Amino acid sequence: MVSTNYVLILSATLFIIGVAGVLTRRNALVIYMAVELMLNAANLAFVAFASAFGALDGQIAVFFVMTVAAAEVAVGLAILVTIFHTRQSVDIDSLHQLKG
Amino acid sequence: MSIDLLIFLGLALVAVGAALGMLFSRNTVYAVLFLVLVMLVLAVLYLILGAPFLALAQVTVYTGAIMVLFLFAVMVLGPQKLAEGEGPISWQRPWAFGLTALFLVEVVYAFAARVGGLGKLTCATAAAGSPAAIGKVLFNQYLLPFEVTSVLLLVAAVGAVVLTRE
Repeated sequence: MVSTNYVLILSATLFIIGVAGVLTRRNALVIYMAVELMLNAANLAFVAFASAFGALDGQIAVFFVMTVAAAEVAVGLAILVTIFHTRQSVDIDSLHQLKG
Repeated sequence: MSIDLLIFLGLALVAVGAALGMLFSRNTVYAVLFLVLVMLVLAVLYLILGAPFLALAQVTVYTGAIMVLFLFAVMVLGPQKLAEGEGPISWQRPWAFGLTALFLVEVVYAFAARVGGLGKLTCATAAAGSPAAIGKVLFNQYLLPFEVTSVLLLVAAVGAVVLTRE
């Protein structure tokens, strides 16, 4: 099998691509997807550690992360759709005031 | 160079390429499809790392439910090619790319230069990440977090309904 460090480096690379997506894109949907990418990168590190140490706890953590991500996406996309209906845009630069 | 390493490098190349495609594609639908590809590659990696249950959960929950929800949202909002011009801060984008590149170099260096690494991955046995083994740990050791998760999902479902009703 490959060294654990290779899997961790892949995980870090995916995470940092997600960070770059959050920092540079202006479309709220794409920013959301970049956050999902970061969650997946962390999941990959969890599975790699679970495999390296021969313990199942890392895989259980991934299970919980998946559940929280599903809940987060359901609520977050509902918020995005509501924002789009009031402001006709999902560009985060147009969302600069708290007033609805 | 072993066959395992070759397979891993190929999968890693596809994953990073698809993630970069998501980062740079102007069309939101293409970005969603690139992210689906990343998640499928991760499912294959989970299989290699000895987590078959998580691999199938990844395919059904992430690519099956979450990404379909994303596609649905893109269709509801209109798959507009959002013209992402300069933001209010013009130097933000190159600055962000520079800093994330620096971060990547530092993290890779930290992993590569670490003394006494974790060593090779243990070879996956069929029973290690099976649904039976996962269930045994989940319903004994992690029973309370599991129940809390069900409450969280219920709250999320109610929240989504309340937020989107007219």
